[in-house]
Amino acid sequence: MIEVDGLSFHYPDGTAVFEGFTWHVAAGEAWAVLGPSGCGKTTLLYLLAGLRIPNLGAVRIGGERVARPRPRSGLILQDFGLLPWATVHDNVALGLRVRGFYGPDGKHAPAGEAVTARREITHAWLDRLGLSHLAGSYPGQISGGQRQRTAIARTLALSPDLLLMDEPFAALDAPTREDLQNLTLQLRAETALTTIVVTHTIEEAALLGRQVLVLGRLPNRLPRLVPNPGAADPAFRATPEYVAACTRLRRELEAAR
Amino acid sequence: MKRTSVLLAAVALGIVWQIAAWALHRPILPPPLEVLSVFATEILGELGLDFLASLARVVASMALAVLTAVPAGLALGQSPSLNRVFSPVIYILYPIPKVVLVPVILLFLGISDVAKVVIIFLILFFQILVLVRDQAAAIRPELVASVRSLGAGRRALFRFVYYPASLPAILTALRQSIGTAVAVLYVAELFATQHGLGYYIYLHGSTLFDYPRMYAGVVAMSLLGLGLYFGVDWLQRRLCPWQYAA
Repeated sequence: MIEVDGLSFHYPDGTAVFEGFTWHVAAGEAWAVLGPSGCGKTTLLYLLAGLRIPNLGAVRIGGERVARPRPRSGLILQDFGLLPWATVHDNVALGLRVRGFYGPDGKHAPAGEAVTARREITHAWLDRLGLSHLAGSYPGQISGGQRQRTAIARTLALSPDLLLMDEPFAALDAPTREDLQNLTLQLRAETALTTIVVTHTIEEAALLGRQVLVLGRLPNRLPRLVPNPGAADPAFRATPEYVAACTRLRRELEAAR
Repeated sequence: MKRTSVLLAAVALGIVWQIAAWALHRPILPPPLEVLSVFATEILGELGLDFLASLARVVASMALAVLTAVPAGLALGQSPSLNRVFSPVIYILYPIPKVVLVPVILLFLGISDVAKVVIIFLILFFQILVLVRDQAAAIRPELVASVRSLGAGRRALFRFVYYPASLPAILTALRQSIGTAVAVLYVAELFATQHGLGYYIYLHGSTLFDYPRMYAGVVAMSLLGLGLYFGVDWLQRRLCPWQYAA
Protein backbone atom coordinates (compact mmCIF):
# COMPACT_ATOMS: atom_id res chain seq x y z
CA MET A 1 0.00 0.00 0.00
CA ILE A 2 2.79 2.42 0.92
CA GLU A 3 5.99 2.44 -1.09
CA VAL A 4 8.80 4.68 0.01
CA ASP A 5 11.49 4.39 -2.65
CA GLY A 6 14.93 5.94 -2.56
CA LEU A 7 13.63 8.75 -0.38
CA SER A 8 15.97 11.62 0.41
CA PHE A 9 14.89 14.53 2.53
CA HIS A 10 16.87 17.45 3.93
CA TYR A 11 15.76 20.15 6.32
CA PRO A 12 16.06 23.70 4.93
CA ASP A 13 19.30 24.07 6.95
CA GLY A 14 20.81 21.19 4.95
CA THR A 15 20.62 18.46 7.61
CA ALA A 16 19.93 15.19 5.80
CA VAL A 17 17.18 13.21 7.52
CA PHE A 18 16.72 10.44 4.95
CA GLU A 19 19.09 9.34 2.22
CA GLY A 20 18.08 6.68 -0.25
CA PHE A 21 15.60 5.32 2.26
CA THR A 22 13.30 2.50 1.09
CA TRP A 23 10.43 1.05 3.09
CA HIS A 24 7.20 -0.76 2.18
CA VAL A 25 3.95 -1.19 4.06
CA ALA A 26 1.21 -3.61 3.01
CA ALA A 27 -2.50 -2.82 3.37
CA GLY A 28 -4.01 -3.58 6.76
CA GLU A 29 -0.68 -3.75 8.60
CA ALA A 30 -0.11 -2.25 12.04
CA TRP A 31 3.19 -0.38 12.17
CA ALA A 32 4.98 1.52 14.86
CA VAL A 33 7.85 3.89 14.08
CA LEU A 34 10.18 4.10 17.06
CA GLY A 35 13.11 6.39 17.63
CA PRO A 36 14.63 9.04 19.89
CA SER A 37 13.60 12.66 19.39
CA GLY A 38 15.21 14.27 16.37
CA CYS A 39 15.53 10.99 14.48
CA GLY A 40 13.14 12.08 11.72
CA LYS A 41 10.10 9.99 12.65
CA THR A 42 7.69 12.91 12.58
CA THR A 43 9.25 14.03 9.30
CA LEU A 44 8.59 10.56 7.88
CA LEU A 45 4.95 10.79 8.95
CA TYR A 46 4.60 14.25 7.39
CA LEU A 47 6.11 12.89 4.17
CA LEU A 48 3.53 10.08 4.18
CA ALA A 49 0.80 12.63 4.91
CA GLY A 50 1.83 14.76 1.93
CA LEU A 51 2.69 17.71 4.18
CA ARG A 52 6.38 17.52 3.21
CA ILE A 53 7.74 16.72 -0.23
CA PRO A 54 10.85 14.52 -0.70
CA ASN A 55 13.96 16.09 -2.21
CA LEU A 56 14.62 12.87 -4.10
CA GLY A 57 12.81 9.60 -4.52
CA ALA A 58 9.10 9.10 -4.05
CA VAL A 59 6.39 8.23 -1.60
CA ARG A 60 3.54 6.32 -3.23
CA ILE A 61 0.33 5.32 -1.54
CA GLY A 62 -2.08 3.03 -3.36
CA GLY A 63 0.14 3.39 -6.43
CA GLU A 64 -0.17 7.19 -6.51
CA ARG A 65 2.63 9.58 -5.83
CA VAL A 66 1.95 11.68 -2.74
CA ALA A 67 2.41 15.36 -3.54
CA ARG A 68 -0.27 16.81 -1.27
CA PRO A 69 -2.47 15.48 1.55
CA ARG A 70 -4.34 12.47 0.29
CA PRO A 71 -8.10 12.38 1.00
CA ARG A 72 -8.01 8.78 2.23
CA SER A 73 -5.19 9.30 4.73
CA GLY A 74 -6.05 10.40 8.26
CA LEU A 75 -3.55 12.23 10.48
CA ILE A 76 -3.68 12.54 14.26
CA LEU A 77 -1.13 14.68 16.08
CA GLN A 78 -0.15 14.84 19.72
CA ASP A 79 -1.84 18.14 20.36
CA PHE A 80 -3.03 21.41 18.87
CA GLY A 81 -4.92 19.65 16.09
CA LEU A 82 -8.40 20.80 17.14
CA LEU A 83 -9.88 24.18 16.33
CA PRO A 84 -10.03 25.97 19.71
CA TRP A 85 -12.98 28.10 18.57
CA ALA A 86 -15.15 25.19 17.46
CA THR A 87 -17.20 22.88 19.65
CA VAL A 88 -16.44 19.17 19.89
CA HIS A 89 -19.33 18.57 17.48
CA ASP A 90 -18.03 21.11 14.97
CA ASN A 91 -14.51 19.75 15.25
CA VAL A 92 -15.73 16.23 14.49
CA ALA A 93 -17.74 17.59 11.55
CA LEU A 94 -14.81 19.69 10.24
CA GLY A 95 -13.40 17.15 7.77
CA LEU A 96 -16.85 16.53 6.34
CA ARG A 97 -17.42 20.28 6.01
CA VAL A 98 -14.08 20.69 4.23
CA ARG A 99 -15.17 17.93 1.83
CA GLY A 100 -18.49 19.66 1.29
CA PHE A 101 -16.62 22.94 0.69
CA TYR A 102 -14.76 21.54 -2.32
CA GLY A 103 -17.13 18.81 -3.45
CA PRO A 104 -15.87 15.37 -4.54
CA ASP A 105 -13.07 16.74 -6.73
CA GLY A 106 -10.62 13.87 -6.20
CA LYS A 107 -8.02 16.35 -4.96
CA HIS A 108 -9.34 17.60 -1.62
CA ALA A 109 -11.93 14.84 -1.22
CA PRO A 110 -12.30 11.36 -2.74
CA ALA A 111 -13.74 11.59 -6.25
CA GLY A 112 -17.35 10.60 -6.79
CA GLU A 113 -18.22 10.62 -3.09
CA ALA A 114 -20.43 13.54 -2.14
CA VAL A 115 -20.91 14.02 1.60
CA THR A 116 -24.62 13.48 2.11
CA ALA A 117 -25.19 12.50 5.72
CA ARG A 118 -22.88 14.89 7.58
CA ARG A 119 -25.15 15.14 10.62
CA GLU A 120 -25.66 11.40 10.92
CA ILE A 121 -21.99 10.55 10.42
CA THR A 122 -20.90 13.18 12.95
CA HIS A 123 -23.36 11.97 15.56
CA ALA A 124 -22.48 8.33 14.97
CA TRP A 125 -18.79 9.03 15.62
CA LEU A 126 -19.46 11.28 18.61
CA ASP A 127 -21.50 8.39 19.98
CA ARG A 128 -18.92 5.71 19.14
CA LEU A 129 -16.20 7.60 20.98
CA GLY A 130 -18.39 8.47 23.95
CA LEU A 131 -18.37 12.21 23.23
CA SER A 132 -22.09 12.89 22.75
CA HIS A 133 -22.46 14.58 26.13
CA LEU A 134 -19.56 16.92 25.27
CA ALA A 135 -20.78 17.86 21.79
CA GLY A 136 -21.36 21.50 22.79
CA SER A 137 -18.09 21.95 24.72
CA TYR A 138 -14.97 23.66 23.42
CA PRO A 139 -11.58 21.89 23.34
CA GLY A 140 -10.35 24.13 26.16
CA GLN A 141 -13.06 22.78 28.43
CA ILE A 142 -12.38 19.05 28.07
CA SER A 143 -9.57 16.71 29.17
CA GLY A 144 -6.60 15.70 27.05
CA GLY A 145 -8.05 12.22 26.55
CA GLN A 146 -11.36 13.65 25.39
CA ARG A 147 -9.54 16.00 23.03
CA GLN A 148 -7.71 13.08 21.48
CA ARG A 149 -11.00 11.15 21.17
CA THR A 150 -12.39 14.17 19.32
CA ALA A 151 -9.41 14.15 16.96
CA ILE A 152 -9.87 10.42 16.34
CA ALA A 153 -13.61 10.85 15.67
CA ARG A 154 -12.90 13.71 13.25
CA THR A 155 -10.40 11.63 11.31
CA LEU A 156 -12.43 8.40 11.23
CA ALA A 157 -15.58 10.30 10.16
CA LEU A 158 -13.84 10.63 6.79
CA SER A 159 -13.53 6.81 6.55
CA PRO A 160 -9.78 6.73 5.84
CA ASP A 161 -7.94 3.58 4.77
CA LEU A 162 -4.69 4.76 6.36
CA LEU A 163 -4.30 6.25 9.80
CA LEU A 164 -1.10 8.16 10.63
CA MET A 165 -0.56 9.05 14.27
CA ASP A 166 2.24 11.23 15.65
CA GLU A 167 2.89 10.60 19.36
CA PRO A 168 -0.88 10.55 19.77
CA PHE A 169 -0.96 9.66 23.47
CA ALA A 170 2.33 11.13 24.72
CA ALA A 171 0.68 13.98 26.60
CA LEU A 172 -1.84 11.80 28.45
CA ASP A 173 -1.70 10.18 31.88
CA ALA A 174 -1.08 6.41 32.02
CA PRO A 175 -4.67 5.11 32.45
CA THR A 176 -6.02 7.42 29.73
CA ARG A 177 -3.15 6.41 27.46
CA GLU A 178 -3.91 2.69 27.90
CA ASP A 179 -7.58 3.35 27.38
CA LEU A 180 -6.96 5.15 24.09
CA GLN A 181 -4.40 2.58 22.94
CA ASN A 182 -7.03 -0.12 23.43
CA LEU A 183 -9.62 2.00 21.65
CA THR A 184 -7.25 2.51 18.71
CA LEU A 185 -6.74 -1.25 18.45
CA GLN A 186 -10.50 -1.87 18.59
CA LEU A 187 -11.20 0.72 15.90
CA ARG A 188 -8.40 -0.77 13.81
CA ALA A 189 -10.04 -4.18 14.02
CA GLU A 190 -13.47 -2.74 13.16
CA THR A 191 -12.44 -0.68 10.16
CA ALA A 192 -9.61 -2.65 8.50
CA LEU A 193 -7.33 0.38 8.73
CA THR A 194 -3.65 0.41 7.98
CA THR A 195 -2.07 2.15 10.97
CA ILE A 196 1.28 3.82 11.45
CA VAL A 197 1.99 5.13 14.93
CA VAL A 198 5.06 7.27 15.54
CA THR A 199 6.28 7.06 19.11
CA HIS A 200 9.36 7.50 21.26
CA THR A 201 8.00 5.04 23.84
CA ILE A 202 9.25 1.46 23.61
CA GLU A 203 6.15 0.08 25.36
CA GLU A 204 3.80 1.84 22.97
CA ALA A 205 5.69 0.59 19.92
CA ALA A 206 5.65 -2.95 21.33
CA LEU A 207 1.89 -2.82 21.87
CA LEU A 208 0.70 -1.06 18.71
CA GLY A 209 3.18 -2.25 16.08
CA ARG A 210 3.01 -5.72 14.60
CA GLN A 211 6.01 -4.43 12.73
CA VAL A 212 8.30 -1.81 14.18
CA LEU A 213 10.51 0.49 12.16
CA VAL A 214 13.38 1.79 14.27
CA LEU A 215 14.98 5.06 13.25
CA GLY A 216 18.17 6.45 14.73
CA ARG A 217 21.23 8.47 13.79
CA LEU A 218 20.81 10.89 10.90
CA PRO A 219 20.69 10.40 8.03
CA ASN A 220 18.50 7.30 8.04
CA ARG A 221 19.57 5.05 5.15
CA LEU A 222 18.63 1.44 5.84
CA PRO A 223 15.42 0.76 7.74
CA ARG A 224 15.78 -1.42 10.85
CA LEU A 225 12.70 -3.61 11.01
CA VAL A 226 11.60 -5.57 14.06
CA PRO A 227 8.74 -8.05 13.58
CA ASN A 228 6.39 -8.22 16.55
CA PRO A 229 3.58 -10.57 15.48
CA GLY A 230 1.70 -10.79 18.77
CA ALA A 231 1.06 -7.04 18.98
CA ALA A 232 -2.01 -4.95 18.12
CA ASP A 233 -4.09 -6.79 20.70
CA PRO A 234 -4.84 -5.25 24.14
CA ALA A 235 -4.24 -8.65 25.79
CA PHE A 236 -0.65 -8.67 24.49
CA ARG A 237 0.35 -6.33 27.32
CA ALA A 238 0.05 -9.17 29.86
CA THR A 239 2.18 -11.70 27.97
CA PRO A 240 5.88 -12.60 28.36
CA GLU A 241 6.25 -12.00 24.60
CA TYR A 242 5.41 -8.33 25.22
CA VAL A 243 8.21 -8.03 27.75
CA ALA A 244 10.57 -9.78 25.34
CA ALA A 245 9.50 -7.41 22.54
CA CYS A 246 10.25 -4.42 24.76
CA THR A 247 13.71 -5.78 25.54
CA ARG A 248 14.42 -6.41 21.87
CA LEU A 249 13.24 -2.95 20.87
CA ARG A 250 15.36 -1.36 23.59
CA ARG A 251 18.41 -3.12 22.17
CA GLU A 252 17.57 -2.05 18.62
CA LEU A 253 17.04 1.50 19.74
CA GLU A 254 20.45 1.60 21.40
CA ALA A 255 22.08 0.04 18.34
CA ALA A 256 20.46 2.65 16.10
CA ARG A 257 21.87 5.61 18.02
CA MET B 1 -19.77 43.68 32.76
CA LYS B 2 -23.26 43.49 34.26
CA ARG B 3 -25.84 45.88 32.94
CA THR B 4 -27.01 46.93 36.41
CA SER B 5 -23.49 47.84 37.51
CA VAL B 6 -22.99 49.95 34.38
CA LEU B 7 -26.26 51.73 35.13
CA LEU B 8 -25.28 52.27 38.77
CA ALA B 9 -21.94 53.74 37.68
CA ALA B 10 -23.79 56.17 35.36
CA VAL B 11 -26.10 57.24 38.19
CA ALA B 12 -23.11 57.73 40.51
CA LEU B 13 -21.36 59.92 37.92
CA GLY B 14 -24.58 61.92 37.56
CA ILE B 15 -24.67 62.50 41.32
CA VAL B 16 -21.04 63.69 41.36
CA TRP B 17 -21.84 66.03 38.47
CA GLN B 18 -24.90 67.38 40.31
CA ILE B 19 -22.89 68.05 43.47
CA ALA B 20 -20.16 69.77 41.45
CA ALA B 21 -22.79 71.93 39.70
CA TRP B 22 -24.25 72.99 43.06
CA ALA B 23 -20.86 73.73 44.51
CA LEU B 24 -19.59 75.71 41.53
CA HIS B 25 -22.89 77.42 40.79
CA ARG B 26 -21.80 78.97 37.50
CA PRO B 27 -23.25 78.74 33.96
CA ILE B 28 -20.18 76.84 32.69
CA LEU B 29 -21.36 73.75 34.59
CA PRO B 30 -25.14 73.33 34.29
CA PRO B 31 -26.78 70.56 36.38
CA PRO B 32 -27.21 67.17 34.70
CA LEU B 33 -31.02 67.20 34.61
CA GLU B 34 -31.04 70.49 32.71
CA VAL B 35 -28.52 69.11 30.22
CA LEU B 36 -30.52 65.91 29.86
CA SER B 37 -33.72 67.79 29.08
CA VAL B 38 -31.91 69.88 26.44
CA PHE B 39 -30.39 66.65 25.12
CA ALA B 40 -33.82 65.02 24.90
CA THR B 41 -35.25 67.81 22.74
CA GLU B 42 -32.09 68.45 20.72
CA ILE B 43 -31.44 64.81 19.85
CA LEU B 44 -34.65 64.85 17.81
CA GLY B 45 -33.41 67.87 15.88
CA GLU B 46 -30.03 69.40 15.07
CA LEU B 47 -28.05 67.30 17.57
CA GLY B 48 -29.57 64.08 16.20
CA LEU B 49 -28.37 64.95 12.68
CA ASP B 50 -24.90 65.78 13.94
CA PHE B 51 -24.87 62.51 15.88
CA LEU B 52 -25.73 60.60 12.70
CA ALA B 53 -23.06 62.47 10.73
CA SER B 54 -20.40 61.52 13.30
CA LEU B 55 -21.67 57.95 13.56
CA ALA B 56 -21.57 57.57 9.77
CA ARG B 57 -17.94 58.79 9.69
CA VAL B 58 -16.81 56.38 12.39
CA VAL B 59 -18.69 53.41 10.95
CA ALA B 60 -17.37 54.10 7.45
CA SER B 61 -13.81 54.28 8.83
CA MET B 62 -14.31 51.06 10.78
CA ALA B 63 -15.63 49.23 7.74
CA LEU B 64 -12.82 50.51 5.55
CA ALA B 65 -10.20 49.60 8.17
CA VAL B 66 -11.55 46.06 8.65
CA LEU B 67 -11.79 45.47 4.90
CA THR B 68 -8.20 46.54 4.25
CA ALA B 69 -6.30 45.71 7.46
CA VAL B 70 -7.64 42.17 7.90
CA PRO B 71 -6.46 40.79 4.54
CA ALA B 72 -3.14 42.65 4.92
CA GLY B 73 -2.69 41.34 8.47
CA LEU B 74 -3.52 37.78 7.43
CA ALA B 75 -1.08 37.99 4.53
CA LEU B 76 1.74 39.28 6.75
CA GLY B 77 0.95 36.78 9.48
CA GLN B 78 1.06 33.85 7.08
CA SER B 79 4.21 34.86 5.26
CA PRO B 80 7.34 35.44 7.35
CA SER B 81 9.22 36.80 4.32
CA LEU B 82 6.52 39.38 3.57
CA ASN B 83 6.49 40.32 7.22
CA ARG B 84 10.27 40.78 7.24
CA VAL B 85 9.90 43.38 4.50
CA PHE B 86 6.98 45.30 6.00
CA SER B 87 7.44 45.02 9.73
CA PRO B 88 10.10 47.78 9.97
CA VAL B 89 7.73 50.13 8.14
CA ILE B 90 4.88 49.24 10.46
CA TYR B 91 7.23 49.53 13.42
CA ILE B 92 7.96 53.14 12.51
CA LEU B 93 4.42 54.16 11.54
CA TYR B 94 2.45 52.37 14.26
CA PRO B 95 3.42 54.57 17.26
CA ILE B 96 2.99 57.91 15.44
CA PRO B 97 -0.02 59.61 17.02
CA LYS B 98 -2.24 59.82 13.98
CA VAL B 99 -3.96 62.95 15.26
CA VAL B 100 -0.90 65.02 14.34
CA LEU B 101 -1.57 64.03 10.74
CA VAL B 102 -4.92 65.83 10.77
CA PRO B 103 -3.56 69.07 9.25
CA VAL B 104 -1.53 67.13 6.68
CA ILE B 105 -4.51 65.07 5.58
CA LEU B 106 -6.70 68.17 5.42
CA LEU B 107 -4.06 69.76 3.17
CA PHE B 108 -4.09 66.80 0.83
CA LEU B 109 -7.72 65.75 0.89
CA GLY B 110 -9.33 69.08 1.56
CA ILE B 111 -12.13 69.64 4.03
CA SER B 112 -14.31 66.83 2.73
CA ASP B 113 -15.83 63.93 4.63
CA VAL B 114 -13.21 61.74 2.99
CA ALA B 115 -10.47 63.48 4.95
CA LYS B 116 -12.22 62.83 8.25
CA VAL B 117 -12.88 59.19 7.40
CA VAL B 118 -9.26 58.73 6.35
CA ILE B 119 -7.90 60.12 9.62
CA ILE B 120 -9.93 57.69 11.74
CA PHE B 121 -9.22 54.92 9.27
CA LEU B 122 -5.46 55.38 9.80
CA ILE B 123 -5.81 54.89 13.55
CA LEU B 124 -7.92 51.77 13.21
CA PHE B 125 -5.94 50.35 10.31
CA PHE B 126 -2.63 49.99 12.15
CA GLN B 127 -4.25 48.69 15.31
CA ILE B 128 -6.13 45.96 13.42
CA LEU B 129 -3.21 45.19 11.12
CA VAL B 130 -0.82 44.56 13.97
CA LEU B 131 -3.20 42.48 16.09
CA VAL B 132 -4.45 40.36 13.17
CA ARG B 133 -0.89 39.82 11.92
CA ASP B 134 0.29 38.65 15.33
CA GLN B 135 -2.77 36.44 15.72
CA ALA B 136 -2.28 34.82 12.32
CA ALA B 137 1.42 34.31 13.00
CA ALA B 138 0.60 32.66 16.33
CA ILE B 139 -1.53 29.93 14.74
CA ARG B 140 0.20 26.66 15.53
CA PRO B 141 1.68 24.91 12.51
CA GLU B 142 0.30 21.65 13.94
CA LEU B 143 -3.21 23.05 13.63
CA VAL B 144 -2.67 24.05 10.01
CA ALA B 145 -1.09 20.64 9.25
CA SER B 146 -3.95 18.70 10.75
CA VAL B 147 -6.61 20.74 8.96
CA ARG B 148 -4.66 20.35 5.70
CA SER B 149 -4.64 16.62 6.30
CA LEU B 150 -8.46 16.76 6.31
CA GLY B 151 -8.25 17.98 2.72
CA ALA B 152 -8.19 21.74 3.26
CA GLY B 153 -6.42 23.81 0.62
CA ARG B 154 -5.74 27.54 0.79
CA ARG B 155 -9.39 28.62 0.56
CA ALA B 156 -10.67 26.17 3.16
CA LEU B 157 -7.78 27.06 5.49
CA PHE B 158 -8.79 30.70 5.24
CA ARG B 159 -12.45 29.88 5.85
CA PHE B 160 -12.00 27.36 8.67
CA VAL B 161 -8.74 28.45 10.33
CA TYR B 162 -7.41 31.93 9.54
CA TYR B 163 -10.70 33.80 9.48
CA PRO B 164 -12.11 32.46 12.78
CA ALA B 165 -8.68 32.70 14.41
CA SER B 166 -8.42 36.40 13.58
CA LEU B 167 -11.97 37.39 14.56
CA PRO B 168 -11.14 38.06 18.22
CA ALA B 169 -8.12 40.13 17.15
CA ILE B 170 -10.27 42.24 14.80
CA LEU B 171 -12.87 42.91 17.46
CA THR B 172 -10.31 43.54 20.20
CA ALA B 173 -8.49 46.01 17.94
CA LEU B 174 -11.75 47.82 17.21
CA ARG B 175 -12.71 47.96 20.88
CA GLN B 176 -9.29 49.22 21.94
CA SER B 177 -9.20 51.94 19.31
CA ILE B 178 -12.76 53.24 19.54
CA GLY B 179 -11.83 55.70 22.29
CA THR B 180 -8.99 57.17 20.24
CA ALA B 181 -11.12 57.14 17.10
CA VAL B 182 -13.90 59.19 18.71
CA ALA B 183 -11.36 61.60 20.21
CA VAL B 184 -9.76 62.16 16.83
CA LEU B 185 -13.17 62.46 15.24
CA TYR B 186 -13.83 65.37 17.59
CA VAL B 187 -10.62 67.07 16.53
CA ALA B 188 -11.32 66.40 12.85
CA GLU B 189 -14.80 67.86 13.15
CA LEU B 190 -13.47 71.12 14.53
CA PHE B 191 -12.08 71.87 11.08
CA ALA B 192 -14.31 73.30 8.42
CA THR B 193 -17.49 71.34 8.67
CA GLN B 194 -21.09 72.14 9.49
CA HIS B 195 -22.07 68.65 10.62
CA GLY B 196 -20.93 66.34 13.35
CA LEU B 197 -20.74 66.35 17.12
CA GLY B 198 -17.33 68.01 17.22
CA TYR B 199 -18.72 70.97 15.30
CA TYR B 200 -21.87 71.03 17.48
CA ILE B 201 -19.89 71.10 20.72
CA TYR B 202 -17.49 73.74 19.48
CA LEU B 203 -20.24 75.93 18.03
CA HIS B 204 -22.37 75.95 21.17
CA GLY B 205 -19.47 76.12 23.60
CA SER B 206 -17.06 78.60 22.08
CA THR B 207 -19.19 80.61 19.68
CA LEU B 208 -22.71 80.78 21.08
CA PHE B 209 -21.85 80.24 24.77
CA ASP B 210 -24.93 78.03 25.08
CA TYR B 211 -23.51 75.72 27.77
CA PRO B 212 -26.45 73.33 28.27
CA ARG B 213 -26.36 72.64 24.51
CA MET B 214 -22.59 72.21 24.58
CA TYR B 215 -22.94 69.65 27.38
CA ALA B 216 -25.74 67.90 25.46
CA GLY B 217 -23.18 67.55 22.66
CA VAL B 218 -20.61 66.15 25.09
CA VAL B 219 -23.20 63.64 26.32
CA ALA B 220 -23.98 62.66 22.72
CA MET B 221 -20.29 62.17 21.95
CA SER B 222 -19.87 60.04 25.08
CA LEU B 223 -22.89 57.97 24.09
CA LEU B 224 -21.42 57.53 20.62
CA GLY B 225 -18.19 56.13 22.08
CA LEU B 226 -20.00 54.00 24.64
CA GLY B 227 -22.49 52.71 22.08
CA LEU B 228 -19.74 51.67 19.69
CA TYR B 229 -17.81 50.04 22.52
CA PHE B 230 -20.82 48.06 23.69
CA GLY B 231 -21.73 47.22 20.11
CA VAL B 232 -18.32 45.67 19.45
CA ASP B 233 -18.43 43.94 22.82
CA TRP B 234 -21.80 42.44 21.91
CA LEU B 235 -20.49 41.34 18.51
CA GLN B 236 -17.53 39.66 20.18
CA ARG B 237 -19.84 37.70 22.47
CA ARG B 238 -21.95 36.68 19.50
CA LEU B 239 -19.13 35.80 17.13
CA CYS B 240 -16.54 34.42 19.56
CA PRO B 241 -18.52 32.40 22.11
CA TRP B 242 -15.54 30.12 22.85
CA GLN B 243 -13.75 33.03 24.51
CA TYR B 244 -16.47 33.26 27.12
CA ALA B 245 -16.95 29.52 27.74
CA ALA B 246 -15.88 28.73 31.30
